[in-house]
Amino acid sequence: MSGPLFQYGRAASVSDARIQALKPGTAFLAGGTDLLQLWKSGAMRPAAVVDISRLPLGDVEFIDGQLSLGALARLSDVATHPDVTRYHPLIAEAILASASGQIRNMATVGGNLLQRTRCPYFRNDQLACNKRKPGSGCGALSGQNRQAALFGTSPLCVATHASDLAVALAALDAEVEVLGSEGKRRFSLRDLYRLPGETPEHETNLAPGELITGVHVPNATRFAGCSTYLKIRDRASFEFAIVSVAAALQIENGKIVEARLAAGGVAPLPWRLDQTEAALAGRALDAQTIAAAGDMAVEHARPLADNGFKVALLRNAVIRALQTLESRP
Amino acid sequence: MSPGSSIHMSLKINGRDHKLLAAACDTLLDVLRDKLGMTGTKKGCDMGACGACTVLAEDRRIKSCLALAASYDGRSITTIEGIGEADKLHQLQAAFIRHDALQCGYCTPGQIMSGLALVEEQPANLEAIREGMSGNLCRCGAYPNIVAAIAEVAGL
Repeated sequence: MSGPLFQYGRAASVSDARIQALKPGTAFLAGGTDLLQLWKSGAMRPAAVVDISRLPLGDVEFIDGQLSLGALARLSDVATHPDVTRYHPLIAEAILASASGQIRNMATVGGNLLQRTRCPYFRNDQLACNKRKPGSGCGALSGQNRQAALFGTSPLCVATHASDLAVALAALDAEVEVLGSEGKRRFSLRDLYRLPGETPEHETNLAPGELITGVHVPNATRFAGCSTYLKIRDRASFEFAIVSVAAALQIENGKIVEARLAAGGVAPLPWRLDQTEAALAGRALDAQTIAAAGDMAVEHARPLADNGFKVALLRNAVIRALQTLESRP
Repeated sequence: MSPGSSIHMSLKINGRDHKLLAAACDTLLDVLRDKLGMTGTKKGCDMGACGACTVLAEDRRIKSCLALAASYDGRSITTIEGIGEADKLHQLQAAFIRHDALQCGYCTPGQIMSGLALVEEQPANLEAIREGMSGNLCRCGAYPNIVAAIAEVAGL
């Protein structure tokens, strides 16, 4: 079980990686955990891989309240880093809810953000998928769509984004730093991803050859004592989210000053619940507020034939996440 | 390094240096089994789901079926062949026998390599062992005994 042969090259530097990756059909190899699955299943057929795993982009730093994760930092190292567990437990929780111990030792921050969807139509090259093969149709739309998205879909694609880390980072207003032909640029993680629209094969706003070099999380330590990552899945461990919720609150004098809510497993990208966040601000975190937040989170959901249960699941996940924070001392 | 279809590489496996020519597409698992004849490491799903292929790279547990061999050039690898001998088992191997932590045995090398690394991570309780071992499947369902064997060696 494997795809067509590819060539292997090793990047000598970050700019060398970028230049090698400009060649069509070239893929970056970091931890390889997703790329090798995609190649073995035939979902991706790279002509060459550029091994970036030895580039010096693995540091985790906490300076003046800003957390910086090198793109090649291993997920297990991020999750156990003392500054992450102390100031950003939301990030540690999301990572530890991801994959397995072995895979967290291999997988990198950048690779996690760029992992491809787990939609079974994308992962099986015998099936129709506009994302993998533009114009072939969306098998999930009228087929098995239990896992499919509730928000942000198009008639061409209903796949979800699979990362837990991205959901936590989106809630924390993280930014990605990338290196391209114009040099470095830095922008919101939320702008890394594109909705499928007419071109589901274009998932990110990265230019060809552009390489994620790091992720920066602005000072969000005010949420450290009041955040939670809730992941609902078909089995207790080593499984992707059916629905997940990252929630973080800043509460002063019994009132919510600032709320952050993002949902995973329900959209083609980490789905920030902006409206619900705005509605929570200024309110006391009581049962009425929490119930209203659950209802608001699922407004505009567009379920398909098999994934209607996700609407109730998302509503209840938001409620339970907020209840968890309510019960914190 | 410009892209090529093969690579001359070296691996330090169980303390011994090996030089070999790997194809660009070879996984570490395939190199261990097919190029070096070290068949203790098993191929189960070959997609990162079952954990039968677990080895240690620089003392950290990984799935060798998702590891591109070329990417591990120069690295230090520990396999099931490197942790004990027939007449001198590693204490986790002995614990697996004592607790009857296997039936068919196919997943056992991966379970033991994964369990070894987990013990180093100092799991706090049995639940942490169950969670920490979720990357290793056992179709015979020996899970309670696998957890018990690891717990014993972890001092729980």
